[in-house]
Amino acid sequence: MSTGDTIMPGYEPDDDNPYDHLSEDHDLGHRWAFGTGFTDPLEGVDTSVPDGLDPGALVRYCLALGDDALIYSHRLQQWVARLPELEEETAVANIALDLLGQARLLLARAGGIVGQTEDQLAFFREEKDFRNVRLAEHADRDFAELVVRLLLFSTWRLALFESLAGCADPVLAAIAAKGVNELAYHRDYAAAWVVRLGDGTALSHAKAQAALEALWPLAGELFLPDPDALTALDRGAFDAIVDTVLTTAGLDRPAAAPLAPVGGRTGRDGVHTEAMGYILAELQSVARAHPDATW
Amino acid sequence: MVAPVTRRSPAYDVAAATPDPEIPTLTIEDLGILRSVDYSPDRGTVVTITPTYSGCPAMREIAADVQARLSRAGFERVTVATQLTPPWSTDWITAEGHRKLAAVGIAPPSAAPRRAGPVPLTLGRPSAVACPRCGSTDTRLTAQFSATACKSLHRCNACGEPFEAVKPL
Repeated sequence: MSTGDTIMPGYEPDDDNPYDHLSEDHDLGHRWAFGTGFTDPLEGVDTSVPDGLDPGALVRYCLALGDDALIYSHRLQQWVARLPELEEETAVANIALDLLGQARLLLARAGGIVGQTEDQLAFFREEKDFRNVRLAEHADRDFAELVVRLLLFSTWRLALFESLAGCADPVLAAIAAKGVNELAYHRDYAAAWVVRLGDGTALSHAKAQAALEALWPLAGELFLPDPDALTALDRGAFDAIVDTVLTTAGLDRPAAAPLAPVGGRTGRDGVHTEAMGYILAELQSVARAHPDATW
Repeated sequence: MVAPVTRRSPAYDVAAATPDPEIPTLTIEDLGILRSVDYSPDRGTVVTITPTYSGCPAMREIAADVQARLSRAGFERVTVATQLTPPWSTDWITAEGHRKLAAVGIAPPSAAPRRAGPVPLTLGRPSAVACPRCGSTDTRLTAQFSATACKSLHRCNACGEPFEAVKPL
């Protein structure tokens, strides 16, 4: 719709009304609408790989952290319209959006080095090429699992990003520094709900403890040594935060052993749980059916 | 914290008037999204903007709008570049930005947290935000996230007004 082509009879566009500017057709062929014509989120950023860094390792590491965010974001998006209250809808949708933004930046960082776009990496890789941890692909069975899983994931990712903000790749360091502020809000949101459930009714306490027991084995994978990592993460920082939340919530830290690798391989090696195929089918089907589509 | 660049030039003034798609009474200058406008012989006019949040869906639209405005104003070669570091902070919202936020009923952000060392966990009640309608600080947080990631939801106990606040970041 161009300026003056209005559906409101008697309405004259007003230079002082900023909404009129938004509805203008841009001279360069862009039409104002969310979600149209995404461009490279790293446009204008110096993306040369510093001397001394192995580009292959940097690509693998950015894919790992980007895939964690992409798959976790998709799982959170599946909650939208199923949550108990409108306030939780907006919270979970916004957290999913933050993670999707982090995924775009990280996939663009990896893709820029290997000559692929973020969309090619998100929509046209096979399951075995996705490097996300298995915690990211878990389907939450109830609200308690949603908030407990988010506590484990965001506590780990926040500690990791704080450390990566000073890493040897300036682009990854900038992406991490930006993510820290977002992840701090995610962790506070999850922690507040874990306390509320754990310290709530007998039923909410039981569900929170059950969620913790179910998810704890998936946390071990977060701390496996990674030869591509650009920082070393101390599990102690993670445990200190999680223990503070669990103590406040009156929940017991599980003693369960970590989920075993399959033939020595885990999510980072492209070995996923059964859930992963269904996620990718939903995530990728439209792009694969219409590979040349633009909208 | 790095203060916003305010090097005035004709191109800067055109770019600075670009409205934010989500809160169009505010410009990208008011919000601290516009970082600089420079000229180089090989790239033409270079406008540097920074995203508020990693997933901000408005960046693409802001970039297109900046391009179109400068083009209409007669600037022929325009490049819009993204700057990720230092990350955007609500401290970059100008005094004029604070005034405009309050005028549309959105509480402006308090000072962003200064951190030395790990980000502390916040389990307690956050400090109260003043009601943009009546000014009372007798308000409560109803949700940590609102219609956009950058805002939280509150309610005023004094006048009953439900309102949004820009979260300090």
